[in-house]
Amino acid sequence: PDGSRRFTTLTNGGPLFVHVKDDKILRVTPIEFDAKDADSWSIDARGKRFTPKRKATVAPHAMSMKSVVYSDKRVLYPMKRVDFDPNGERNPQNRGISGYERISWDEALDIVSSEIKRQKQKYGPGSMTIAHGSHHQWGNVGYYLSSLLRFGNLIGFTRLSLNPDSWEGWYWGAQHHWGHSQRVGIAGNYGTVEDCLQEAEMMVFWSCDAESTNGGYMGFEGTQRRLWAKELGIEFVHIDPHYNPTAQLLGGRWIPIKPTTDPALAQAIMYVWVTEGLYDQEYVAQRTTGFEEWRDYLLGKEDGTPKTPEWQEPETGVPARVVRALARQWGGKKTYLAAGANGSGFGGAGRGATGAQWARCMVMMMAMQGLGKPGVNMGNLQAGTPLDHEFYFPGYADGGISGELVFNGNAVNNYQKMPHVITMNPVRQMIPKQQLPEAIINGKAEGYLWDGVATELQFAPFQYPMPGYSPIHMIYKYGGSYFSTLTESSRMVEAYRHDSIDCVVNQSIWMEGEAQFADIILPACTAFERYDIGEWAAGGGYLPHGFNGTNHRIVALQHKCIEPRGESKSDYEIFSLILQRLGLGAIFNEGCSELDWCKRVFNSSDVSKRISWKEFCKKGYYVVPAEKPALRSPVNFRWFAEGRMKDIQEAMPLPSQWAEDFGKGLQTPSGKLEFMPETLKRSDPNNPERPVLNRYIPAWEGPHSKELFGKYPLQMIATHSRYSFHTHVDGKNGFTQDITDHRVCIGGHYYWLVRLNARDAEARGIAHGDLVKVFNDRGAILCAAHVTSGVANGVVKSFEASAEYDLRELDGEQLEVGGCMNILTPSRSQQRGTSSMSPNSCLVEVMRWDGSRPGDA
Amino acid sequence: MDKWNLIVDVAQCHNCNNCVLAAKDEYVGNEFPGYSASHPKQGRGVIAIDSTYRGSSAMVDVAHRPKLCQHCDNAPCVAKGQGAVSKRPDGIVIFDPVKAKGRKDLVEVCPHGAVIWNEELELPQNWIFDAHLLDQGWNMPRCEQVCPTGAISSVKVSDEKMQALVQELGLEVERAELKPRVYFKNLYRETQVFIGGSLQLERDGLLDCAAQVEVALVKEGQELARTTSDLFGDFRFDGLEPNSGVYCLEISAAPGDAKTVQCDLKAESIVLEPFTL
Ligand SMILES: Nc1nc2c(c(=O)[nH]1)N[C@H]1C(S)=C(S)[C@@H](COP(=O)(O)OP(=O)(O)OC[C@H]3O[C@@H](n4cnc5c(=O)[nH]c(N)nc54)[C@H](O)[C@@H]3O)O[C@H]1N2
Ligand SMILES: Nc1nc2c(c(=O)[nH]1)N[C@H]1C(S)=C(S)[C@@H](COP(=O)(O)OP(=O)(O)OC[C@H]3O[C@@H](n4cnc5c(=O)[nH]c(N)nc54)[C@H](O)[C@@H]3O)O[C@H]1N2
Ligand code: SF4
Ligand code: SF4
Ligand SMILES: [Ca+2]
Ligand SMILES: [Ca+2]
Ligand SMILES: [Mo+4]
Repeated sequence: PDGSRRFTTLTNGGPLFVHVKDDKILRVTPIEFDAKDADSWSIDARGKRFTPKRKATVAPHAMSMKSVVYSDKRVLYPMKRVDFDPNGERNPQNRGISGYERISWDEALDIVSSEIKRQKQKYGPGSMTIAHGSHHQWGNVGYYLSSLLRFGNLIGFTRLSLNPDSWEGWYWGAQHHWGHSQRVGIAGNYGTVEDCLQEAEMMVFWSCDAESTNGGYMGFEGTQRRLWAKELGIEFVHIDPHYNPTAQLLGGRWIPIKPTTDPALAQAIMYVWVTEGLYDQEYVAQRTTGFEEWRDYLLGKEDGTPKTPEWQEPETGVPARVVRALARQWGGKKTYLAAGANGSGFGGAGRGATGAQWARCMVMMMAMQGLGKPGVNMGNLQAGTPLDHEFYFPGYADGGISGELVFNGNAVNNYQKMPHVITMNPVRQMIPKQQLPEAIINGKAEGYLWDGVATELQFAPFQYPMPGYSPIHMIYKYGGSYFSTLTESSRMVEAYRHDSIDCVVNQSIWMEGEAQFADIILPACTAFERYDIGEWAAGGGYLPHGFNGTNHRIVALQHKCIEPRGESKSDYEIFSLILQRLGLGAIFNEGCSELDWCKRVFNSSDVSKRISWKEFCKKGYYVVPAEKPALRSPVNFRWFAEGRMKDIQEAMPLPSQWAEDFGKGLQTPSGKLEFMPETLKRSDPNNPERPVLNRYIPAWEGPHSKELFGKYPLQMIATHSRYSFHTHVDGKNGFTQDITDHRVCIGGHYYWLVRLNARDAEARGIAHGDLVKVFNDRGAILCAAHVTSGVANGVVKSFEASAEYDLRELDGEQLEVGGCMNILTPSRSQQRGTSSMSPNSCLVEVMRWDGSRPGDA
Repeated sequence: MDKWNLIVDVAQCHNCNNCVLAAKDEYVGNEFPGYSASHPKQGRGVIAIDSTYRGSSAMVDVAHRPKLCQHCDNAPCVAKGQGAVSKRPDGIVIFDPVKAKGRKDLVEVCPHGAVIWNEELELPQNWIFDAHLLDQGWNMPRCEQVCPTGAISSVKVSDEKMQALVQELGLEVERAELKPRVYFKNLYRETQVFIGGSLQLERDGLLDCAAQVEVALVKEGQELARTTSDLFGDFRFDGLEPNSGVYCLEISAAPGDAKTVQCDLKAESIVLEPFTL
């Protein structure tokens, strides 16, 4: 009625209708289904029938998209650093200091393509690295695992070997107890929504803030289900240093805990179970191995210290009586353990020095309680809805148009259904991502692989540089997140300015802090300005069946809603133009526009069996009908608990990885849940930092770090921010700036928040809303203090992933004022023999800041 | 005639700010002549969340509440506006984007603090209930559409029916004299306070939580309420008037053995030190 056109798109926070008028986005709204869309499922539980709302819920970052599309921080033209002369002085020392001049696309493409050639000629393969963030705007075509990878493979690049940041403790720890290597050490959630609602009596949320992390991409799809659980009277417990929004909404007992001490609490609970006979002895006997040794450790037979509730009290800050009460309830009731964002994995507790110990404990606890029995499972109701798991549509990690057959799920799924030119990166050299600065500054680094194909792959160290390949001299950066997502991130400043780096290209949508360390900036456009296609929350690859966190499977054409702003272009087009200059244009694009690729993806999927391309383009989305009740997925681990063949849709482990007959048992060498993991015994038996027996080892940066703790007595956790998706949708003068729990405007500057307890604040003379300096030996950040009773004593709760990196000199001090909390976090790996991050074991001090402010002068 | 009302359940709001963002999305950069000029890109929007924490140590809760124009029937802004602010027959209050120019006084006149000042356009602006969308046939405002918990719901009914709903659902208003059209559920989570505590007892030389113990709340010799401690030994009396003075807690440690704890309730909720039976 108002003359606007309604398009569809998908975001990291859910699907949207995009209302456009005169080439301008008027508004974005959630998709509400119409009568023609497929019916919803229902679940019957305890005499009630539950059916989800007939719409797609969205996360706040999705609701903020318009503001970042139209942000005044968009890069609208190609730019060159003023003192970067590819044919003369390059002035690497001025990266991040000198300004930029606008150049034409022709000039930019010429410089970048000739630099790629020069690198190959001068140094040889591997001298260019491609560095990107883990998250990307949604879609199968434009995604980094798709177009960017295809581009990289066609020119050859040194890969950054990512640490399994989301999965950290699960990958390096839990995996050894229960397998699931292809899920990076966490479990699936099949059938658990129904089981939990029908059977569970209690849910223990442990390092789980589902209302903030949305299971990743699922908007608030799980919220309604958790409210059903509340309606059914399921009891809730929340173990978290932060009285987080999930606890705030659901209520139940909050158990505040000191960060990184969770394994001590877990062991004390298990101690009570052992001494009071509150565990499933038959299950332990039949489905697990190594329990006696573990039991003896709990009882103190091994080290003389029984792991009693009293033992853990000074460590965790949780009163012993509370531990006993919790252990008794848990032992006596059918309980769902909701660990981390997915319920069966993730959680900030996995990203501290004791992350692997904690995740290992989570699995051991479930092994004692009968994992898979009715009402006894892992899950937070965020995933495991009764959807159709066989209907095929590729997820983003299935490889898109990459042609890559090794580093994503392409070979398994996508490629067979959508044949396209195969590409391959002949450079085997890799840099461990967290050590990128050292690799550049010291010229060498050592890392351990994140490779989910097999548990064994994590044990073999790899070296940079790799004989035969060139060290890196060029960085092709995609986006600008590293100052706030890499640990001890100011290391990047020196790395960027290092002599050995001839050229830095940054292909960015926004002029974020890190972009300003580039020599050439190429303006990319948002997904609203180009075509793509995808399914909501479908990760694919290492996130198989990720869509089952939503209430309805939605496949959407991501329309090009508006023309690209300024001179920005889609990433795909930028790659295509660069490669054309290298004679590789046609190999890259196969003569296809992005919309052509969308159609190829559509045709390869089961959607094309249900509706025509034309209908799909017109309506914009397709709702996959829910599974017929009789064909719903069985419950995860039920088959295991009952000693049957695996009967869920997860095609893992690989055929060779079943120790018993195919289809029987877990991926572990014994096929059982292992208290004393065989894979560690075999391959890393004497690692004092990751012992086979999962003993409690206090954090190397924490209350036991005597000298440091004296200087910096507050434990900071900087976890995932609720209103932005990492750096996405933060800063950039967007809408989220004015959310009072996200940033606070003081004197015209928007500060990042640190939450601290009233007692800790009072001791430092800090009032709510004060400007504070948060600091340790690694740096100092100016933040706004949020004083609250919702944080445990001694804890500073902040968030990672500010999009602003803004270093100032104020009163003679170097202060970061954009909120890059990771400047303060340690870059050390959790344990020897792993490449892992531990940002949540970080000591800081906080003091009121009465000095000059960024707005002054 | 049917008119618009909004029901906000304070206990269901979890501060996701979707409603805040939807209002920014709708009004920033968009003009709806006759309804609204473009809103400022930065600054508090016409919807904002107010949070009230209560309690301490492990006994904490927080109430979040979207603050927005309450479309009062007896609105000081309409009175003062002299035509710059009008009340529509369907109950919605609109600040005229032309006539209200320069009227900063209309920001101050709102007792709910619901009006923002658009510096650039020199306009006072309120949340107009998305009247322009309702007039196009939308059946709810955007804040309701994006709310994941159901904390916000709009109802278009006659005033009589609304009053019946108020009775049925136990709804409350703020500043009844203004006759606001926004109604609240569970407002006590913001306006009232609680007294709570944890009970423990010694068993085999160790402290345990004391579950299932009866506690009575007594004021001036009169028992006001009675509860039992939960499995963590926690108990709580909620919905008390702030600054309501001295209360006694009678804790039935054993049959016939009641222990008494006294406390003076000020502006904030009280969480007692763990009490050993
Ligand atoms: N302290 C602390 N640090 C952490 C964590 C923590 O818990 N605490 N968590 C860790 C975890 S789990 C993760 S996953 C990482 C995430 O860390 P990152 O992956 O580094 O963060 P993102 O913000 O997702 O980075 C995405 C980047 O890609 C860019 N980008 C997105 N889409 C496009 C596109 O279409 N085109 C182009 N050209 N660019 C695009 C964005 O602008 C952004 O710069 O952070 C880790 N860091
Ligand atoms: N809105 C939004 N959603 C996201 C993301 C985002 O950036 N924004 N990122 C996505 C990604 S990539 C990932 S990996 C997931 C991450 O999902 P998670 O790993 O589950 O999320 P975190 O926020 O790191 O941690 C969850 C909770 O753990 C608590 N916590 C931190 N340290 C400790 C500890 O030592 N002990 C205990 N008991 N609790 C602790 C935090 O206070 C927090 O409430 O979220 C995804 N979802
Ligand atoms: S809330 Fe304020 S602006 Fe809205 S009608 Fe009432 S007095 Fe007027
Ligand atoms: S959308 Fe609903 S839950 Fe979210 S802040 Fe607004 S009222 Fe609260
Ligand atoms: Ca099926
Ligand atoms: Ca099926
Ligand atoms: Mo992650």
